[in-house]
Amino acid sequence: MKRVLLPLHGTTFQSEAAFQSQAGKEYALLPMRFLKLDASRYVMTNMAAEYVIVDKATLHRYVRHELSSDDPAYELLKSRHFLLDADSRIALDLLACKYRTKHSLLSQLTSLFMFVVTLRCEHSCPYCQVSRQSQDRKAFDMQTAHAERAIELMFETPSPAIKVEFQGGEPLLNFELIRWIVERVVARNRDSQKSVSFVITTNLALINDEILEFCADYGVFISTSLDGPRELHNANRPRPGNDSYERTVAGIERVRYRLGGDSVAALMTTTRLSLAQPEAIVDEYITRGFTSIFLRCLSPFGFAVKTGAVGSYSIEEWLIFYRRALAHIIERCRQGVAIREDYAALILRKALTPFPTHYVDLQSPAGIGLACLAFNYDGNIYASDESRMLAEMKDTTFQLGHVEHDSLASVVGSDRLIRLLGDTMSESVPICHECGVQPYCGSDPVYHHATQGDAIGHKPRSGFCRKNMEVIRHLLTLMEDDPSSAEVLRSWIR
Amino acid sequence: MDSLMQMKTEATVLHAKFSERYDREPCVLRVTRNADVNQPDRHALLSTEKQANSVAFGATLSYQWNLSTSVPMRFTLPDAFGYLDEGDILRISPRSGDVWVMYRVNARTHSVFVTERCNSWCVMCSQPPKPRDSVNLADAWEQAIPFMDPLTPELGFTGGEPTLLGDRFIKLLTLARDCLPKAAIHVLSNGRLFAYLSFAEAVASVKHNDLIVGIPLYSDIGWRHDHVVQAPHSFDQTVRGILNLARVGVAVEIRVVLHRLTLERLLELAQFIARNFPFAAHVALMGYEPIGFGRTNLRSLWVDPVEYHEPLKRAVQWLVQQGIAVSIYNHQRCILPESLWPFAVKSISDWKNIYLPICEGCEARQDCGGFFHSAVDAHSAHIKPLQVHSLLS
Repeated sequence: MKRVLLPLHGTTFQSEAAFQSQAGKEYALLPMRFLKLDASRYVMTNMAAEYVIVDKATLHRYVRHELSSDDPAYELLKSRHFLLDADSRIALDLLACKYRTKHSLLSQLTSLFMFVVTLRCEHSCPYCQVSRQSQDRKAFDMQTAHAERAIELMFETPSPAIKVEFQGGEPLLNFELIRWIVERVVARNRDSQKSVSFVITTNLALINDEILEFCADYGVFISTSLDGPRELHNANRPRPGNDSYERTVAGIERVRYRLGGDSVAALMTTTRLSLAQPEAIVDEYITRGFTSIFLRCLSPFGFAVKTGAVGSYSIEEWLIFYRRALAHIIERCRQGVAIREDYAALILRKALTPFPTHYVDLQSPAGIGLACLAFNYDGNIYASDESRMLAEMKDTTFQLGHVEHDSLASVVGSDRLIRLLGDTMSESVPICHECGVQPYCGSDPVYHHATQGDAIGHKPRSGFCRKNMEVIRHLLTLMEDDPSSAEVLRSWIR
Repeated sequence: MDSLMQMKTEATVLHAKFSERYDREPCVLRVTRNADVNQPDRHALLSTEKQANSVAFGATLSYQWNLSTSVPMRFTLPDAFGYLDEGDILRISPRSGDVWVMYRVNARTHSVFVTERCNSWCVMCSQPPKPRDSVNLADAWEQAIPFMDPLTPELGFTGGEPTLLGDRFIKLLTLARDCLPKAAIHVLSNGRLFAYLSFAEAVASVKHNDLIVGIPLYSDIGWRHDHVVQAPHSFDQTVRGILNLARVGVAVEIRVVLHRLTLERLLELAQFIARNFPFAAHVALMGYEPIGFGRTNLRSLWVDPVEYHEPLKRAVQWLVQQGIAVSIYNHQRCILPESLWPFAVKSISDWKNIYLPICEGCEARQDCGGFFHSAVDAHSAHIKPLQVHSLLS
């Protein structure tokens, strides 16, 4: 359509010029951040996590109040609430609404509660981040009395939803306690009427009909680990018989058959062996019928540190792996396969939708204690899954209390948590506060404490910072420069 | 199958002038064929000569009167009112002979046209506002609504700008809530008066369980919207109105009429809506109605839909991906790409909904929304009958 001058009828109507006159007047900047995207362009983000990508000259003109209201970038920046002029005063109200929406999960406190029902496991993965134990039922299984107290504490949450996630070790080694907790929660919820869901994080090696029957009765979901093709998976995840892959794949099929196709999700962990075969890993997920894959790098906890697995590849190597895997996923999508990368989807939801996301590691203030709580096998309460992993390494910095003598209020309101959270508002943390992708990132105080001995951390040396900045840059670049990839990426936000 | 058997090519006539005149006050009457109906003074009897004992009726109507018949308040119906049926509602002004069919029980959609006044002056308005209402429409509707079929499934308040009625508007909503328990209420408003939170609260306080306010938004940029509605600062008022309705829990629909001014930033507008009004229950992207100011400014504003396939597709796709329900109104199947057909709905009020002679052989007509009656000589240059084999290919 070509632009034509509008001769509206006679003097009955006023021309464009009559209304345009206020545009550009009293031009003021709204709060924003920017980050170099590449040699010539910057990404700018506003308070509500909207972004625009502009060239350097435009950014300069914008901040110097020199951008002409005729410049196409002017209306883009005005529409996305990076600037304000005399034409309209509604931007602040809209920004306030959007800001509140983006942070609306905060007022509900956490809905995610992890129960480490046992630390025992029959696998012996060298990259194990939880420091599994192989014996001593007494010392490493959760006591029923502790579970009972944990449930009471959990129901104190103002959140209308509760997600109970069973963690280990291998939680199915203590299935009796899972059964007890589920039944107890369901009974307890008759009064509370919250929306309750259950997930068992399991390697599926021990799945049986009794467990499946139980999961079917209570709508329990399964989250499992699948690292890629047989050779890779079994190399990463040794167990007696070296049949982890076979058992997991067979388990996935059994779960799907009994509980339905959407009842099982899988997570992968990247090891040194994974780096060369991103395509094969993605294709393994597609072959196994998964519609999503979460590309995760190793976290610096547990045996992964002891065995050197964490240090076996650099963030740069992982980023190369990630980009290759993502490209392959996008290519498969273009061929009509329904598959999505969860980390990308998460970041895109932050950028492209007005809504908040639940993912614990990308929150500000950090998700520890606010977006999750972990009840450890010994009754201790931790601020996150990683917090209890750290505790197995004799560091209890993120221990918030014990189920025997604490309430949700005393845990969430504890001086320790509040002090820790105070350091995690990336809006005010050095370097983060001025980072253009701050709204898409978050704070991971456990990671920084573990790697740098400081919950805030020095960002230029932070693997967390490096990883997220580059993943976000990559995604935004694809969105901007590659229309067919952008179309695929946009379809992942639902 | 009825649309295939009988293709409507002319609008339904809702206004006429009777030749008879009486020195009586205007009245709102329910049409009946039952000579023994309760409250005959509030009914208009559709007469068959034999029912001459109609003295007590508010009016007696016939398509042809025997000259010798003497009935008080008798009127001769024009042939165009041949559709009148038991339960329809008329407003008759005996002194001028004006008659208006306010409600047709068999209509697919029911409009409550509450005022001709408006605080905007949209460049494509199909119903140009008047400085004052020639009749007291609010009074008329207050009488008519209790007469409507209590099973009426939906009712659309329109104008003019209905909210200009203030308390009377709230009263009408309350009346609709109480008299028409099955009716979903749609209010078509420019939303500007909802910038007063108290007024939005007044609508919410009706506590209607199935009410939605449809509000037009024409740009993501203030002055561009203001230009379309020809009212300075209306963008801020409308946006604030939308936020206020959301705040008090009233459902909001956003409407965009597609023309040269609104198409310029259609994708940006869709993005703005999705980001700022994620609570929107529905977004309607609407075809141009070439009547009223829409006719006056036709040459300046009209864009043939085949020219805006791409921006329309992108806007629809964006809204869908953001989880917002979206529909395309007032577009014919033959001028939309097939990927957009699932979004195209039959949206034109049935009284003014027609098809063109060229549509005679079209095999997609059952699913097609057709045209405004005013579009007879102002429609896409690419209208053509579709064949089933081409639909399947």
